[in-house]
Amino acid sequence: MIRLEKRPQPSKAWTVATPILAVILTMIFGGIMFGLIGTSPVEAIRTIFWDPLFHPQFSGFSRPQLLVKAGPLILIAIGLSIGFRAGIWNIGAEGQYIMGAICGAGAGLALYPMESAMILPLMIVAGALGGWAWAMIPALLKVRFGTNEILVSLMLVYVAENILASVSSGLLRNPEGMGFPGSRNLSQWSSSQNLELIPNTGMHLGVLAAFIAVILAYVLLTRHIQGYNIRLTGEAPRAAKFSGVSPARTILFCLGLAGALAGMAGLFEVTGPAGQISIDFGSGYGFTAIIVAFLGRLHPVGILLAGLLMALTYIGGELAQLMLGVPGASIQLFQGMLLFFLLGVDVLTNYRVRFGAAEVA
Amino acid sequence: MPDDLLRLDGLTKAYPGVVANDDVSFNIREGEIHALLGENGAGKSTLVKMIYGLVKPDKGSMTLRGKPYTPSEPSAARQAGVAMVFQHFSLFDALDVAENVALGMENPPKPRDLARQIREVSETYGLPLDPSRTVGTLSAGERQRVEIIRCLLQEPKLLIMDEPTSVLTPQEVEILFETLRKLKSEGTAILYISHKLEEIRALCDHATILRLGKKVATCTPSETTARAMAEMMVGSSFASPAAKAKTPGEVLLRVDNLTMPAPGAFGTPLRGISFELRAGEVLGFGGVAGNGQDELLLALSGERTTKRGTIWVKGADVSRDGPVARRAVGFLTAPEERLGHAAAPNMSLTENAVLTAGRRQRLVKNGFINWKRADGFAQDVIKRFDVRTPGTHVAARALSGGNLQKFVIGREVAQNPDILVVNQPTWGVDAAAAAAIRQALLDLAAQGAAILVVSQDLDELMEIADRFGALNEGRLSALKPVVDLSIDEIGLMMGGAHDMEVAHVDA
Repeated sequence: MIRLEKRPQPSKAWTVATPILAVILTMIFGGIMFGLIGTSPVEAIRTIFWDPLFHPQFSGFSRPQLLVKAGPLILIAIGLSIGFRAGIWNIGAEGQYIMGAICGAGAGLALYPMESAMILPLMIVAGALGGWAWAMIPALLKVRFGTNEILVSLMLVYVAENILASVSSGLLRNPEGMGFPGSRNLSQWSSSQNLELIPNTGMHLGVLAAFIAVILAYVLLTRHIQGYNIRLTGEAPRAAKFSGVSPARTILFCLGLAGALAGMAGLFEVTGPAGQISIDFGSGYGFTAIIVAFLGRLHPVGILLAGLLMALTYIGGELAQLMLGVPGASIQLFQGMLLFFLLGVDVLTNYRVRFGAAEVA
Repeated sequence: MPDDLLRLDGLTKAYPGVVANDDVSFNIREGEIHALLGENGAGKSTLVKMIYGLVKPDKGSMTLRGKPYTPSEPSAARQAGVAMVFQHFSLFDALDVAENVALGMENPPKPRDLARQIREVSETYGLPLDPSRTVGTLSAGERQRVEIIRCLLQEPKLLIMDEPTSVLTPQEVEILFETLRKLKSEGTAILYISHKLEEIRALCDHATILRLGKKVATCTPSETTARAMAEMMVGSSFASPAAKAKTPGEVLLRVDNLTMPAPGAFGTPLRGISFELRAGEVLGFGGVAGNGQDELLLALSGERTTKRGTIWVKGADVSRDGPVARRAVGFLTAPEERLGHAAAPNMSLTENAVLTAGRRQRLVKNGFINWKRADGFAQDVIKRFDVRTPGTHVAARALSGGNLQKFVIGREVAQNPDILVVNQPTWGVDAAAAAAIRQALLDLAAQGAAILVVSQDLDELMEIADRFGALNEGRLSALKPVVDLSIDEIGLMMGGAHDMEVAHVDA
């Protein structure tokens, strides 16, 4: 019989070892799966994990994609993780991401075709404000009426998607776009373009912002009283109240921060990799970031690594479909396995496995 | 011996870094009430958990009526005839008594039969209880009866009781003791864990004393003085709190017609509470659990703010201030529940030190926490209040109840408050530690602080308080000087105790 025994303290060693163990387990079981569908396991694993970075032919294209994809995931996940630490479940980051992009793009396009170095900073602020405002809706409703932020923030994603569809074929539509939906291309307007800071790395302003967010979040959570209050609220809400933490202010802060960061991520995306506001601008980053936040154990450094790993499996997965012709479903299954093992082996951090029955003194 | 019910032989259990039980052997006879005594961390809980099948011993054996007894889980222990009433009740407020009892049974009978059985058992053993009442409306004493009846329905041979009287009024304690004596007369053995030595002397046939995981003595409580037993437990003599200083000064805290609606469905509203607390004074509030103690603490700590003009500190109205502002003016509180309210279970002691001391001890500067200072403060508290822990990095939940209690009370005392309000300061704490905590409170009062102790331990209030008042359904009785009071009078002041026959004595 196998039993789990709670550790008095979470194990530090296992906290580090579990992600590695999870990747190994995923490789083993994913390899078996690829073998069963008639693909060489070794080749499949190599295509997913190795080729995007080191393949002589493809890596030139896929390597910058790693940061392009990881950047928004990390930026959004950092914001979400702070709220999750406090037990505030904002799952509407996708909506905040879209609204940030719309507001930021709108602010910029209002000034088109003016040329000024101040336009992109203005757009970034507008993007952050757009995401913040969208997140304030569930926040204020929760504070004032005790509504459930999970439901409200999620519902607002669909509202945001409809607003996106509306503005891309209406308010923000490119007047020179021959009637096609979609805004002007912001990455081709020198005042708004968010270019790679270092050529061929994928490193644009949004990725830089993500890295800065990781550092600031780490400082906030480990050194600052606000971060302490947030952790305390999540660990023991009544102790937090006793300590003097205002639940309402914590809710407003956490949702506002997550919204602002998601909005910024949207703005960087629309001025860079995506280039324009279009009906299919929402790409699911806001939802994937929830997974990234939990994969990273809600820890800033963990989120950084999780975001990169997540981006890698997406790029590697696409590459495997292209090169090996494996079905898309098998890639999703493989990614699912990775999540399953990463979250599943986490039990080892808090529990010790004991073999053998419990009796016999 | 043929009349041994349970024999423990060399039981040993080690956890990383600590031996909880080291070669413990003793016997519990058929139909005796056997006391298990010891300080916090002496290994009482671990020992009982081994008997109840929650923990597996590393070494040693147990024999139940001559047969090897190796319970792998509590249900096996229950099947073998061992039942346990825990210190913390595991009852659902929203369900009724019968439903709660059924939840704890392997094969619950039909609701109607169960209600009849509950009524039978409650009548037989003098534990009045209506099976159809919602648990949320019951007093602590009645909740305990639910737990006891749940055990008695299994007709146990051995009943383990963990600190059963800590939540009862003197009258309720008498009822409980009658029940236990009746059980004993029917041949049920009882393993009784308590640190209230007078109770053990009144009730128990034999006592086994543990210290630091080892059995250090056995005695016959009726022939041993309480002081002698306490010294066996601690291993040395300890000081009883010194006589109290009697020079009440200016009014530091004034509560004026404090009224507050109940916080939840099963809470108690506060109804027009008024009192004054002077410098150097210790005020004691007694009362059965659930009569507004927690709510009063919420109102005083600032977790719930009240109408303007109801709470005054040194002449200033703080009714609308939150906990941080109240701490800033020297008004500190310590709630009853250690884990989850006074301390965050998964956070380290250093982190928990910041919980209330951040501002007063200047652990936070410009919004940034000075962890070195915080750690130093936590270490001070640990040293000054003899908190047994491997260090300040340990999570609060890893500490035993008594040690954590010393830490959370010590954290407030060490901040030199002008006014300190504590709820159940020595709940679940052993005699030596309780004496230390009480002494610390008295010392604080001697330095000119005003202390309000809310407690269900009347002996404690008699020992340290200058004036006494009782809370009953959210109202405060008139305050009386403790010197004029007998324990019977107090029981009647507490009044309102629910369906208690013994309460009709003449005052």
